[in-house]
Amino acid sequence: MNRINKLFSEKNKNILNVYYTAGFPDLESTTVVLNALQKHGADMVEIGMPYSDPLADGPVIQQSSMIALENGMTIQILFEQLKDCRKNFHLPLLLMGYLNPVMQFGIERFCKMANEVGVDGIILPDLPVYEFENEYKKYFEQNDLHFIFLITPETSEERIKKIDRLSTGFIYAVSSSSTTGNNKEFDEQEKYFSRIKQMNLKNPVLIGFGIKDKQTFDIACKYGNGAIIGSAYINALNGSADIKKTTQQFLESILR
Amino acid sequence: MSTNKNEKAPLGVWGVNEYGYYGEFGGAFIPEMLYPNVKELQDRYLSIIREDDFKKEFEHLLKDYAGRPTPLFLAERLSEKYGANIYLKREDLCHTGAHKINNTIGQILLAQRLRKKRIIAETGAGQHGVATATVCALKGLACIVYMGEKDMERQAPNVARMKMLGAKVIPVISGSKTLKDATNEAIRDWINHPADTYYIIGSVVGPHPYPDMVARFQSIISEEIRKQLKEKTGKELPDYVFACVGGGSNAAGAFYHFLDETSVKLVAVEAAGQGIESGFSAATTQLGTTGILHGSKSLVMQTADGQVVEPHSISAGLDYPGIGPMHAHLYNSGRGIFLSATDTEAVEAAKELASLEGIIPALEPAHALFALRKLQFKKSDIVVVNLSGRGDKDLDTYMKFI
Repeated sequence: MNRINKLFSEKNKNILNVYYTAGFPDLESTTVVLNALQKHGADMVEIGMPYSDPLADGPVIQQSSMIALENGMTIQILFEQLKDCRKNFHLPLLLMGYLNPVMQFGIERFCKMANEVGVDGIILPDLPVYEFENEYKKYFEQNDLHFIFLITPETSEERIKKIDRLSTGFIYAVSSSSTTGNNKEFDEQEKYFSRIKQMNLKNPVLIGFGIKDKQTFDIACKYGNGAIIGSAYINALNGSADIKKTTQQFLESILR
Repeated sequence: MSTNKNEKAPLGVWGVNEYGYYGEFGGAFIPEMLYPNVKELQDRYLSIIREDDFKKEFEHLLKDYAGRPTPLFLAERLSEKYGANIYLKREDLCHTGAHKINNTIGQILLAQRLRKKRIIAETGAGQHGVATATVCALKGLACIVYMGEKDMERQAPNVARMKMLGAKVIPVISGSKTLKDATNEAIRDWINHPADTYYIIGSVVGPHPYPDMVARFQSIISEEIRKQLKEKTGKELPDYVFACVGGGSNAAGAFYHFLDETSVKLVAVEAAGQGIESGFSAATTQLGTTGILHGSKSLVMQTADGQVVEPHSISAGLDYPGIGPMHAHLYNSGRGIFLSATDTEAVEAAKELASLEGIIPALEPAHALFALRKLQFKKSDIVVVNLSGRGDKDLDTYMKFI
């Protein structure tokens, strides 16, 4: 059973999915961060594959991506770093990135290697539903990888239903119309969250974008099955002298 | 002047298909956050631009505001030098000094009909930014232009023009601080303002329907060329059409109504920068591979790992690591002849046009002018060069070479 489905079958509330950028702050940080997140209470981890032109990301993740690229991170190196990770790491693992680097790596080869190193799901925000269905779906399915779709406050109900039908792992509900790491107020989003909740989708829903502390995490968990935190954690890692300690403190501040 | 031809896509394989593809290139590779806006445009752009009311206002503004039709000028001394009948399509005489206004007039009218109140745009050389700020002033809409910090320095006069026109120019400090990053920031702005904002893209790039929509608005260039050539020579079809290509909007407009006329050779001229192999070039068809940039699949200058690389050209308007999907298709299929000119060659061609014809071209079309030397013409050949913009903005650069 795919680890994502297993997780949701065992725990369907207050799921904490943490994002970080591979190769940040240092090239060799990838597995250090991964294991620290497991140790200190994350339920799921999403590793960002850095890209030169991350359209859906705000300044924090743009910056971490640029540093990771300067550090020399590539998809090939990431797979090498993750090759043995499953000896110690047991949480569901997602890779998030943009289509172009994956396309250059070769979509088929990418899916195959992702499966081999123990990845459970893929998020590529600029691979839209039409192209996914038309050309890419088979590669993910063949390799037991869930493809995670995003929905936003602007997504129509009809389209949410379609995305729910196509999804197999969970649905990534973007909290507001924004790039990652925004500071938009959460109050006005609650109507949207409750609209999603009332739709009784077959897939679990994780809420992301703008989740930065305990308060926003708790609101997200009220409406979704959990939340995704990215930019706030990257901010914490930025300039950290001790990744393990920073990760412990950060997760404790969310989960306390 | 009639835009009837705009109703039809170019025949056969050169036009966009219903999924937004030109051959293998195109599509709409956008995050879900942009889906409602892009879908609305896909569903409505053709019906809106076919409305009588739209056509009437578009034609009126092109004529009385932008100053169309622009002349088609037989450049006699240039013709003599290159042994052919060389005509210049004088887009440099458009209001604001370049062809860019054709597209911004079309898109502002579309934005109004979609009831958008806030207009955003990206700009490299500043010509598209100025053309956008101009139509926003005309229509009383808020205008925000994203421009790379580096480009703001090298194109300072255009920054001043945009400010004079009431636009807010936002310096882009992400990535390489040039056109590619300005485009990223404009897209991010659109993600953050999905309800009230319309994004006026300046070239035949971006997700479907932008490449087709911009090409249609620019197609007035080739529509006029056909008519003017007929009047002047008795023949509608030239033997060659030359245009420079960054993203490719002026070339798309100059080629559009000749795409299905296979006797017309379409010559696209890219910026070789310091030389194609120099590592400082923007010749995308020569250096690029298939990839995704700014929402469409096309040829992209990138590393083997799929990271977009920074191009180089002396001309900020050609300094772009991609090319419109229509042009990628023309290149791959062999329908287009793709040539290039270096920084210094472009300057040489600009100086030549100034001295032979009394016209100072912008750096961008100067690349197309240089490429006249690269083909062998027959004396009877009719060659049209699309003079896409005037050189005022580039005088500082030119002075460094005099």
